[in-house]
Amino acid sequence: MTHKIRVLVAKPGLDGHDKGAKVLVNILRDAGMEVIYTGLHQTPEMVSRAAVQEDVDIVGLSYLSGAHVGLTQEVINALNEAGVEHMKVIVGGNIPERDNDELKAMGVAAIFAGGSSYEEIINTFNEMIAA
Amino acid sequence: MREGKETALARLISLVERNDPQAPDIMRAIQPLLGNAYTIGITGPPGAGKSSLTNKLTQQLREQGFTVGIIAIDPSSPFTGGAVLGDRVRMEDHYLDPGVFIRSLASRGSHGGLAEATKDAIKILDASGKDFIIVETVGVGQTELDVIQAVDTVAVVLVPEGGDAIQMLKAGLMEIADTFVVNKADRDGAPQIVTSLKSILHLKYSTSGNITRRESATDEIWEVPVCATQGMSGEGVDEMLASINKHRDFITRTGELDRRRRERRREDLMSKLQFLMRDTLQTACADSGDIGEIVERVVTGVDASHSVIKELLPLTLDYMRNQSKNISTGVTS
Repeated sequence: MTHKIRVLVAKPGLDGHDKGAKVLVNILRDAGMEVIYTGLHQTPEMVSRAAVQEDVDIVGLSYLSGAHVGLTQEVINALNEAGVEHMKVIVGGNIPERDNDELKAMGVAAIFAGGSSYEEIINTFNEMIAA
Repeated sequence: MREGKETALARLISLVERNDPQAPDIMRAIQPLLGNAYTIGITGPPGAGKSSLTNKLTQQLREQGFTVGIIAIDPSSPFTGGAVLGDRVRMEDHYLDPGVFIRSLASRGSHGGLAEATKDAIKILDASGKDFIIVETVGVGQTELDVIQAVDTVAVVLVPEGGDAIQMLKAGLMEIADTFVVNKADRDGAPQIVTSLKSILHLKYSTSGNITRRESATDEIWEVPVCATQGMSGEGVDEMLASINKHRDFITRTGELDRRRRERRREDLMSKLQFLMRDTLQTACADSGDIGEIVERVVTGVDASHSVIKELLPLTLDYMRNQSKNISTGVTS
């Protein structure tokens, strides 16, 4: 059997806008992936623990608030602390281009700012796991 | 895993879920560690509040000092194979509690309300030392009843919008409850559904003796409790847990628990065997000219499937005998 891609979609931090996350959940489901949605207002520890228990391939972090740099670093730290190395961390949402280098430097595998196409996201996910 | 490493526990469940070649070895290795956890099934229609009740039930069990494993199943798309696993959202209270392990599973083509890997995932959580394991089924209709083959006590969750007394007379879901839970009890119609449920149950006791013709180790009647709950506030969940514990005491005392567990192991073996046979036969069709030719006669409509069975069976058995050394059951001698 081919490997089913499992994705965690999380909204870290305090912003309450999850429409983007819900759209993502929906398109990934339609692309044949298993998507675990954790809900709003997640602390980095909550995201990491859910990712560990669900043994996902990809951790998708969705932001609107502007707190993406700090929170993403904390999620990555928490995942490292849990001893997880194989998971890819993806960041999406309201991400200004100037932050891309900093996010990539901390180990983010891909960044999808507003306006990214569904196709682009799905293809990147598939390639990431096939690699 | 025995040291409580969650990454290991999660990884084992994944290996078993994807039917990895290591899976039989894993299951064999944990066999001596099984049987200590008590398993509870929460089933009912979509949106009845199963996840919220699981959340509150877990809270109560944690307050009493028990550790809890949760397996939450949601449906896979029959079209794309994709799934949205969203039960965790209701269980946020326990995300950081080291005594609670939550795993979501997609049904992946199973139609009985569970995922194929559920029973093995239960065993892995059992072996990891969890005191209670709660299995939350997909939202079910009247006939997805696999949960009875997986857990010790089944709680059927209904809501006031679920229909009238006629619905309660129907076979299937209404027959598998060890305890009934009427959730969203603050809504209109809730007291009525509790009353009609109780009266239907009493009708059953006076006619068939039991609410179901389900086999039992005892003639003693288990009077199925009906509790009213509010999953959001947790109202009535203590009563729900009390009824589960009461059922646990009853089936333990009467030997029914032992009978259920024995029956479950038998069913599990049978279904694995069936799966393997089907798999082998499919390979045989492609592999063996004789078998393939007979199957082709049925496929093209020349012969009826009934009439070739006698001819096909000995050939298939021969084929299996020859192949048995190569079958990846992990049961190497």
